[in-house]
Amino acid sequence: MAEVLVLVEHADGEPKKVTGELLTLARELGEPAAVFTGAPGTYAKAKAYLAEYGAAKVYVVESDDVAEYVGAPIAEVLAKLVGDAAPTAVLVAATADSREIAARTAAKTDSGLIWDAVAVTGDLVATQGVFGGSTIVQSKVTKGTPVIVVRPNSTAPVAAPGSPAEVTVDIAISDVAKSAKIVDRVAEAKSGRPDLTEAQVVVSGGRGLGAAEHFALVEKLADTLGAAVGASRAATDAGWYPHQNQVGQTGKTVSPQLYIAVGISGAIQHRAGMQTSKTIVAINKDPEAPIFEFADYGLVGDLFNVVPQLTDEIEKRKG
Amino acid sequence: MNIVVTVKQVPDTWAEKKLDAADKTVDRVSVDNVMNEMDEYGVEEALKIKEAHGGEVTVVTMGPAKAVETIRKALSMGADKAVHLTDDALHGSDALQTSAALAKVIASLSPDLVITASEASDARGGVMGALLAERLGLPQLTQARKVTVDPGAGKVAIERLADNGYSLVEASLPAVVGVVEKINQPRYPSFKGIMAAKKKPLTTLSAGDAGLDAGSVGLAAAASTVLDANPAPPRQSGTIVKDEGDGGTKIAGFLAAQKLI
Repeated sequence: MAEVLVLVEHADGEPKKVTGELLTLARELGEPAAVFTGAPGTYAKAKAYLAEYGAAKVYVVESDDVAEYVGAPIAEVLAKLVGDAAPTAVLVAATADSREIAARTAAKTDSGLIWDAVAVTGDLVATQGVFGGSTIVQSKVTKGTPVIVVRPNSTAPVAAPGSPAEVTVDIAISDVAKSAKIVDRVAEAKSGRPDLTEAQVVVSGGRGLGAAEHFALVEKLADTLGAAVGASRAATDAGWYPHQNQVGQTGKTVSPQLYIAVGISGAIQHRAGMQTSKTIVAINKDPEAPIFEFADYGLVGDLFNVVPQLTDEIEKRKG
Repeated sequence: MNIVVTVKQVPDTWAEKKLDAADKTVDRVSVDNVMNEMDEYGVEEALKIKEAHGGEVTVVTMGPAKAVETIRKALSMGADKAVHLTDDALHGSDALQTSAALAKVIASLSPDLVITASEASDARGGVMGALLAERLGLPQLTQARKVTVDPGAGKVAIERLADNGYSLVEASLPAVVGVVEKINQPRYPSFKGIMAAKKKPLTTLSAGDAGLDAGSVGLAAAASTVLDANPAPPRQSGTIVKDEGDGGTKIAGFLAAQKLI
């Protein structure tokens, strides 16, 4: 059975949940081969996880070259493996970094690229929601090795423990790929909350919060639910919450089990980033807010009363 | 500084976007079209860098004849000249083909800096900056929320958006910079700017003029194909409840009933 390459998504070696999702998907398409790229010493932290989720093989590149430059070196690794291993497909997660790497890999290997797939069948037909999820498209790569960018939360990760063969990839990264050097990484938020795009529950705040400090209400509710915190563009434009947390067009697309919109009107830009959420709950004082047109449960009321009560009630029910 | 900024005309965010029934490409005919919003930030950043360091800003777009409206907008904001790659043969090109075509045009302009937006609101691929860097063999400085150029030293640095903060990324010029929309506040074209735009040089290129191989462009040569496209089942509005002092408790009840808590 031909290999399906999965680019491992990780933070300093700790695999992200989407890696398990991609390996689960890859098992249905062929023989899952994980591709781990990271700084020296990081692979050890990923090893057990990749075995747990059924990687049959792990290609390992541990070097400063793949860790210290934007995108291009990892694309060189993937392109080399596409050439050497002739995989059925390459799967990467729909993160800002990895979609760029996927695109460069497709360009290097003269292959087709599909982004934001939410499902991929055995014959490599991908399903995508386009225009913010309002149109469902089935598409297929017709040239080269399909490079498919898959949305987090598209597949439930299922463990399939094995003992993968490890292959150290012998590659010298070209000078041209080492041209955009990461000289510093600055953490601005150390929230301990789940990643926005991976979270099962997202609580987002918008214009209705009125001020940056009122995001504390949203954060408290989020923490009660083990949720990630999102924000509408109105809130990030106002500087109330970091841009990294923006949900919607020009921000992140999320598809959690539960999305709670607090003080968000639900204009089309926001809707484009969250309307594929399984269940949507909206709290807004304006009964005419567009979000009520597509929320599963809408509460017309003052968020400053409703949100603390909801937080307390969830705490109470948790016992 | 010789700065190239790419722009794209897209269906208005407020328009009901759809795919053409026949060839399943983005319907650009039955909707209002505007400059991709994030491109306004790209144009603004190009103008700011020019104002700080001198030079010239060239707008480059690929798109149908009416995409000239988007070029006019960029020129009226203050860009100096424009190149419009337009040809029926280009219709239906995917991101890979588009990046190859744009790279060909951009390379002919020998820029010090190429600025692009991180995403267009129609396709939302978020890949064009990376692809242009790949095609042009230039450093990829995408997801930039801040750009610092030092033409004397031939250097450019950005703050690249990361999940929990940012990365400081440095490169030598020439380079490709991809901007996000928090980077600046785009200016509105002034009346004077709008009048001046009409006299600014605009070069229109066909695929052949740009040196593109006819067999490599357009829908028929795209590396992926849309097999089927259908409207998503519309989300139905659910239960709407007015708060009567127990709204939080009611939501908790709903979540519990759905086994979400």
